[in-house]
Amino acid sequence: MAHDPSSPIVVENPWERLNAFTDARIGLGRAGVSLPTSKLLAFQLAHAQAQDAVHCPLDVEALSTELTQALDLSEATLRLHSHAQDRAMYLQRPDYGRRLNDESREHLQQAAASQQRYDLAVVVVDGLSALAVQQNSAPFLGSLYQMLSSDTADWQLAPLTIVEQGRVAIGDEIGGLLNADAVLVMIGERPGLSSPDSLGLYMTWAPEPGLKDDRRNCISNVRPAGLQIEEAARRFFLLLKEARQLKLSGVKLKDRSEDDVLEGDSASGSTRNFLVAD
Amino acid sequence: MAQTYHTTVGSRSYRFASLAELMAKATPPRSGDRLAGVMAESAEERVVAQMVLAELPLTTFLNEALIPYEEDEITRLIMDDHDADAFAPIRHLTVGDFRNWLLSDHATSDVLTEVKAGITPEMAAAVSKLMRNQDLILVAKKCRVTTAFRNTIGLPGRLSTRLQPNHPTDDVTGIAASILDGLLYGSGDAVIGINPATDNVAQSVKLMRLMDEVIQKYQIPTQSCVLTHVTNTLEAIEQGAPVDLVFQSIGGTEATNRSFGFDLSTLAEAEAAAQSLNRGTVGRNVMYFETGQGSSLSADAHHGLDQQTCESRAYAVARKFNPLLVNTVVGFIGPEYLFDGKEITRAGLEDHFCGKLLGVPMGCDVCYTNHAEADQNDMDNLLTLLGVAGCNFIMGIPGSDDIMLNYQTTSFHDALYARRVLGLKAAPEFERWLEEMQIFQDVSTHRLNDQLPAAFANSLRHLPKEPRHGT
Repeated sequence: MAHDPSSPIVVENPWERLNAFTDARIGLGRAGVSLPTSKLLAFQLAHAQAQDAVHCPLDVEALSTELTQALDLSEATLRLHSHAQDRAMYLQRPDYGRRLNDESREHLQQAAASQQRYDLAVVVVDGLSALAVQQNSAPFLGSLYQMLSSDTADWQLAPLTIVEQGRVAIGDEIGGLLNADAVLVMIGERPGLSSPDSLGLYMTWAPEPGLKDDRRNCISNVRPAGLQIEEAARRFFLLLKEARQLKLSGVKLKDRSEDDVLEGDSASGSTRNFLVAD
Repeated sequence: MAQTYHTTVGSRSYRFASLAELMAKATPPRSGDRLAGVMAESAEERVVAQMVLAELPLTTFLNEALIPYEEDEITRLIMDDHDADAFAPIRHLTVGDFRNWLLSDHATSDVLTEVKAGITPEMAAAVSKLMRNQDLILVAKKCRVTTAFRNTIGLPGRLSTRLQPNHPTDDVTGIAASILDGLLYGSGDAVIGINPATDNVAQSVKLMRLMDEVIQKYQIPTQSCVLTHVTNTLEAIEQGAPVDLVFQSIGGTEATNRSFGFDLSTLAEAEAAAQSLNRGTVGRNVMYFETGQGSSLSADAHHGLDQQTCESRAYAVARKFNPLLVNTVVGFIGPEYLFDGKEITRAGLEDHFCGKLLGVPMGCDVCYTNHAEADQNDMDNLLTLLGVAGCNFIMGIPGSDDIMLNYQTTSFHDALYARRVLGLKAAPEFERWLEEMQIFQDVSTHRLNDQLPAAFANSLRHLPKEPRHGT
């Protein structure tokens, strides 16, 4: 077939308006069969932001100051570091990110020397997105602390800890050393192309080193454009109260919360959509 | 019986305590083997291990199991199913000679088909460790593995795609939008396959119905699959759901698969159940498996083996159940297993080669995560190399961005690029459909239609006015 020289260089897709129904990159159009320049660059920007989120170090000083003021903390936050020295090591040795370095462990042991027991230890961890932690920690903890202080039960909170180069399981070691009944790990999740700022929440009852995933509960995708901060705090608070009542966490609690989600989100079995409408 | 291996290079002597250690140390470097503590300690030790490995007779792998026969049902599968007659033409070879033979003009496509049942996963893994990337490509291209359900996949000169319309809340309009986008870019002949966001039977059945309705309405010569646990799909079949393909992630050790919640008997049951539905029109391959280096180590089920050998053993599991598609999701697992673009590329070529040599219909999810040292250029390179190597299928997703699984894989555009530069085509039945539906002006030159095809223009008139998905 001969080529029409008057045809446009970039062919738009008439179904581009389907973009209103999904965040997927549909209807991008094409130059030949390739991505138009504007769409290529939009992708590159999103990937650059996600990569920066992985490699950008946590500003511990700023976060500590912000949390101390926002939460009106009476004692200083404890700053800890995992066994992974830097990001390159962190990415290749997940086992190093799961435990504290010697200095941090000693620091924590001194801080916990009073033998006081706590109801909850909150551990803020950079994980794979310091951006997520930097942006979402203060609003989330603001909501949570308010719920805890207005609850009928009393909640004794352990000193707030901030961990660099950490993975989820490091919270179990910290919670154990602090004599806490439960630990909340707030950690930057693996950044997606359209979600470089996603925070994950993990809770363990009776934390100690060596526990596996089946002992933890997770609330994921906490960010302004994902699971709203307020709603995440509410769901975590309910989970925490239930853990305290049943004295457990993990699979047994998780099953109940998933049932809730099922009823709310996908009880309708309808497959109706525009492709098969008639 | 188990033995140790010694050699001397110059003034240094090297000792490898077991066949597993020798295999691991002969493996090109990658972060997962470092994490497992099985990697060679120096570049020289790696090449020395390769030299020792090259001298081993292939029969070594029949006499010495890397994971004991008594402990692992996959070892038993490999040993019990080994075809001595098929093995006869290569029985006398060492691993090094095996590389020469594979590259030689003796090993034609027909000959490779005849010997495949005589090759064990460990033999394939061992020889791959001695091969350069071009060797892996050249030999894989000679291997022919063709499968069929509603179309024929893996024919020479063809490159198929899985249309992957994932959505973070399984919203049906959102999924339908991605399906339409893919079909109009010529994607979806390998399968239309959804990873469900909510992973249970009810949700899976709903998504199966959604895809079945689309396939029937537009009479698309392709198949659908919901990538849920095999036991969920079995339950869906009992409920009367329209199941084309049964999905399962598989690994190369019994302990890996137990951590995934199934064993070989589960897969046998699933294959029989799906075949009993008789939904295929041109073939009866009903299984879709996914694999990937690092899964056994991740499950702490690797028995001290290197990750590539574990991966190759997964193909023994796959070939037992006559799959339509086997997909190595090469860069999904993250940089602690494959650190960067170079390691991902090498692993993708190894997996494709080993699978094809063993007779498995290999495709590849050419992909990376945002915490790996990789980017679109690395994926372009691997896609092109796999296209040259005759890979059966790749993924197709809108703009490379999986908004549910949060990783990047090949786009609808990428597949058309590969088909254009390499002169590859979709599966023949699907190719005819693309032309009949006027999705392409000229399918032989990969010229898409600039106008919206009539059947789909009609569908777009049924779009709801208000978006239903959240912000």
